[in-house]
Amino acid sequence: MSHLFNRAALALCCAGWLAATGPALAEETKPEAKPVKLTTTADHTKFKQLQKTFNSGPEVTKACLECHTEAAGQIHRTKHWKWEYLNPDTKQTLGKKTVVNNFCISIASNYASCTSCHVGYGWKDASFDFKSEENVDCLACHDTTGNYKKPPGFAGNPVVKDTEFPPGSGKIIKGIDLAKIAQRVGKTSRDTCGACHFNGGGGDGVKHGDMDTSLAAPTKEVDVHMDAEGLDFTCGTCHSASSHDVAGSRYTPTAKDDKGARIRGKADKGNPATCVACHDNAPHKKEARLNQHATKIACQTCHIPTYARGGVATKMTWDWSTAGKRDAEGKHIVKKDAKGRIIYESRKGDFTLAENVKPEYAWFNGRVDYTLVTDKIEKSEQRTPINRMGGSATDGKSMIWPMKVFRGSQPYDPVNKTLVTPHTAGNDDTGYWKNLDWDKAITVGMKDSGHPYSGKMEFLKTEMSWPITHMVAPKEKALGCVECHSKQSRLAGIQGIYIPVRDNNRLLDTIGWAVVFLTILGVLAHGALRIVSARRQL
Amino acid sequence: MSERIYVFKRFERFWHWSQAGLIMFLMLTAFDIHGTYTIFGFEKAVAYHTIAAWSLIGLWVFAIFWHFTTGEWKQYIPTTEKVVAMANYYLFGIFRNAPHPFKLTQLRKHNPLQRLAYLAILVCVGPLIWVTGVLYLFYDKWAAWGFGNLSLEWVANGHIAGAFMMLAFLIAHVYLTTAGHTPMAHIKAMITGWEEVD
Repeated sequence: MSHLFNRAALALCCAGWLAATGPALAEETKPEAKPVKLTTTADHTKFKQLQKTFNSGPEVTKACLECHTEAAGQIHRTKHWKWEYLNPDTKQTLGKKTVVNNFCISIASNYASCTSCHVGYGWKDASFDFKSEENVDCLACHDTTGNYKKPPGFAGNPVVKDTEFPPGSGKIIKGIDLAKIAQRVGKTSRDTCGACHFNGGGGDGVKHGDMDTSLAAPTKEVDVHMDAEGLDFTCGTCHSASSHDVAGSRYTPTAKDDKGARIRGKADKGNPATCVACHDNAPHKKEARLNQHATKIACQTCHIPTYARGGVATKMTWDWSTAGKRDAEGKHIVKKDAKGRIIYESRKGDFTLAENVKPEYAWFNGRVDYTLVTDKIEKSEQRTPINRMGGSATDGKSMIWPMKVFRGSQPYDPVNKTLVTPHTAGNDDTGYWKNLDWDKAITVGMKDSGHPYSGKMEFLKTEMSWPITHMVAPKEKALGCVECHSKQSRLAGIQGIYIPVRDNNRLLDTIGWAVVFLTILGVLAHGALRIVSARRQL
Repeated sequence: MSERIYVFKRFERFWHWSQAGLIMFLMLTAFDIHGTYTIFGFEKAVAYHTIAAWSLIGLWVFAIFWHFTTGEWKQYIPTTEKVVAMANYYLFGIFRNAPHPFKLTQLRKHNPLQRLAYLAILVCVGPLIWVTGVLYLFYDKWAAWGFGNLSLEWVANGHIAGAFMMLAFLIAHVYLTTAGHTPMAHIKAMITGWEEVD
């Protein structure tokens, strides 16, 4: 109870802190009156360019670019802007623009909804101008007020005037004052990154499992680094950006970092977001044996005992094949579990959710091959991997990693043997979430993504792996030896390595105990004979 | 009338009993680590096993020094003399109250079967356990020591096989302490140093 209260108080403090753009915690009640102790040399409230009414996002950006002349160009070169990424290892063209997953499946034909998480304004269809500077959204990442919102359905635009959405629904989205937000810009925070990354997959904690809103102001138990009352890391502390390009990638993760700690002056283009980047390759001072473990086992494997630890459940499965049911009146159905979490929606199908989840484990070398909408898939009993995680015990590049493996079934074209990109979000006749008609939804969606659709659809069982790397627990909570060194080992599925106890040789044990047993039997028989013969001689 | 001879000197008795204690503790922790039962649990059992192992190594350094400086190592030179007679005694004679075929003296305090058994422990089971055990402890140094191709599985299984052999030896050894002219005679001798001989 007090724990909850503390966190609520903390959240309030944080809001105050953010509003003040500095550690002026005491002044949270009237942040505008007091002089602000800034962590930067510029007080944006004093800039004439920002002291006006802004009627759209691009108007704000134009003002930003008057001083920050190169910022938009820097953004233009990033994944955050392009949603496109050429994987140098696999040569696959990836990025949100291209990949398919087994959550909401694909952004094709769903831009207006999905691009509420784009660092730009106005990406409503494939015609979006990626060269536009004013369409770069500075506030999405640099807001410090917590008031900046980009609701789904507006193609990444904020709503500046009270607006009924969807039209005719009677639901009003409140307009926000962009000038106030623009005058209080600052560094990125857990809140700004989290606005999208905590909500990946369409809701709080849905996608990642190791990222959800509990990380906005986490306790030490939830995340030892981001602990709001302790180290208080922001995302950028590890994912340090250079020229607006944020370090770290899920398309080419650094599975094994043997380059040691990053020290100033050291020429190094390695990933600064790895554990090793700060902790070095031999961080266990008391127990050197653990450093040996760390040559084969990712830090995350022991130091993140479970994910979804902050009280927010993550989705574990999503079965699209049960979507489309209607109640007796022909209306959409929503079912919730005892905790009020949605477990069935007509629009989406069945879900299962879980908290404090033990990860699955796999050898991982950082290579990820995606199954794209252009790839042929033979339907079989086996689940089709949406992303295949490379790695083995013997390639010298792999470590044992914790994974969230997300399993589901999703639409599939059995004639063309491909995944499909259905049109889901949209207040129109073909959007699945409105009309529950797969044929229309897939036809429109595939046309938008530019791929053939045979007109036939089935459901394909798929799985997708998400390496777990956030929610690092305090060291006392790291996995104990027996979690792996036992017959019920967490690493039961890990091949190609000898793990004491897990891999006890049964034959050797049988022979060993037989020898011991026979010895006992022998001495007992011998002793008994001695006793009997001694009695006889008396 | 029996006479008493002083066979086990003070250091030897200290060595024997501390070694016995350590080996039994090593056995206890070994099978805890192995997952046979849980007393300390894997993590603590490994720590205790390691400490006990280093203690035993330290004890052995002293024991080896003592054996060479005193010449007592000669007690372990194997002999074929009376081996058959000893085997016959344990298999048949002991049940008929036959006389012990071996006459114990200060210079020959182990009977020929004991010599063979202890030698086997010293040159086979012991080294198997020690070599695999030390390798196990220094697993992280293998590459640096040039043992990069060594298989952890073989080392581990060697260590486990050694443990079973040592356990079987321990059982037989403890039992045979009762085979003196009274059941407690040998144990008393190992405590006081004085053995009664006929």
